Amino acid sequence: MPAGEALPDSQPSYVSSWIYVFGVLTLAALTVVLGSGIVLTLGGSDWWHASSVGHFVNSLHLWSVELFFMFMVIHLWGKFWMAAWRGRRTMTWVTGVVAFVASIGTAFTGYLSQSNFDSQWIGAEGKDGINAIGAGAFFNVLNPGQMLLWHVVLLPLVVGALTVIHILLVRRHGVVPPIDATEGD
Amino acid sequence: MTMTRPPSTPDAHDFSKRPYDLVKEFVIALTVVSLLTVVLAAVFSSPDEPAITMSAWAQADPADVVATATGELAGTTTSATYGAPYNHNADGQSVLGIPLQKMGGVRIPVDSAELVLQPLTDQVGDAALTDALTQWQSATPSQRTAWATAYADALAVAPDGDPAQAPAGEYGPVPNLTAAFLDVARSGYLEGSLTSSGNFYGGDQTRSLLLLSDGAYLEDRAVAQQLGGDQWGMMNETGNYPGQPWMWLYTFWYQVRPFSTSENADAQVWALMMLLTLALMFLPLIPGVRDIPRWVPVHRLIWRDYYRTHPRA
Repeated sequence: MPAGEALPDSQPSYVSSWIYVFGVLTLAALTVVLGSGIVLTLGGSDWWHASSVGHFVNSLHLWSVELFFMFMVIHLWGKFWMAAWRGRRTMTWVTGVVAFVASIGTAFTGYLSQSNFDSQWIGAEGKDGINAIGAGAFFNVLNPGQMLLWHVVLLPLVVGALTVIHILLVRRHGVVPPIDATEGD
Repeated sequence: MTMTRPPSTPDAHDFSKRPYDLVKEFVIALTVVSLLTVVLAAVFSSPDEPAITMSAWAQADPADVVATATGELAGTTTSATYGAPYNHNADGQSVLGIPLQKMGGVRIPVDSAELVLQPLTDQVGDAALTDALTQWQSATPSQRTAWATAYADALAVAPDGDPAQAPAGEYGPVPNLTAAFLDVARSGYLEGSLTSSGNFYGGDQTRSLLLLSDGAYLEDRAVAQQLGGDQWGMMNETGNYPGQPWMWLYTFWYQVRPFSTSENADAQVWALMMLLTLALMFLPLIPGVRDIPRWVPVHRLIWRDYYRTHPRA
């Protein structure tokens, strides 16, 4: 990474559009997701069913996840139309897509860990897809104990690590220049 | 016809700069998202419809409980005929002839008849039940299947599936077993028996969820809330909440042919989604697709300030 580019106090002059906001909004929403999730873990898996405070924290967790995905999808589309993989940024794109897929898995295991009707039905429906490709033997969506651990430990580690790598790659290569821009414009 | 290669992308660090405080941007974003989250949570809350208990199932639809128990004994339920990872009773789904489901192996063995018999075996002090269990256990497998199948057929023609109105027949101990099973379900004992399996800390609901989803009650409740498989159910959740809209494409394939009518739909949809995910991942390497942003001038809108001051020749 070029010196001073980890946390620079300036950006190329072409970085001037609202679309750039959605990357940092995604990161901010992820922070709220993690924060509300950590508070939920303090009370345990059944806390939010019996406590109004727990239920509110669960609501924070739910809506921050919805915002997280909304921002991330807009960010993804924005980067697509900017062809943001140009200039040796392929791995930046790949880590972003994998982080998106891993986030879907994390959210899915969250729904399976709720220990309510949604969990029962999503598990009953979801098992057929997972089992159909032979993965159900190792990733049992009907086992909320296993799903909860994937949700609060394994998958957040994957999403977190990918996010860090993604951001480091963005900082290393800088923000992609406009299509057809020439050297030193 | 000559193909012109797009110009190489210049280094971002060679462009003129403008002040940009990333820390300030993140703090503002975090503040805005936090406030927005609080407002959404306060206004809309979150859904939490209680899980269906076996007792509630038995109270609401006793005929379904009896029919399901009979099916488990006859070996005709979904779980009894599932294949991997629960048993060897079917090959399961495949893609392009590759038996992916079978290849996963039977690593979570479930004997569907035991979903009924084990909770009954745990009961003590019921002489009629003990006799029924003894008669069942001492019968040959073909005799058991004949009894259970005949009783399932009788329940199917009984008004509302009511066991009391089933026609008389050679059902062996099956009516007694399933009636006792209904009592166990009503008592609230069933989940504990199926979940703990001798372990004080029962954290695996596989067997109780398989039993519940073998019945019609769970799906009826889900369909009534627009959660069925053909109602985009995988991405919805109870109540008027957004659910998992990011799963729209996965759910979409189940709504259209050939997947909506295929016996291998799950495996096919998963294979297709894996293919599409790989395509999205490696989109920068796919000629044509990677050029779409150059052809469709959305980038002219995104970088309109830049293009205004740097008009292309």
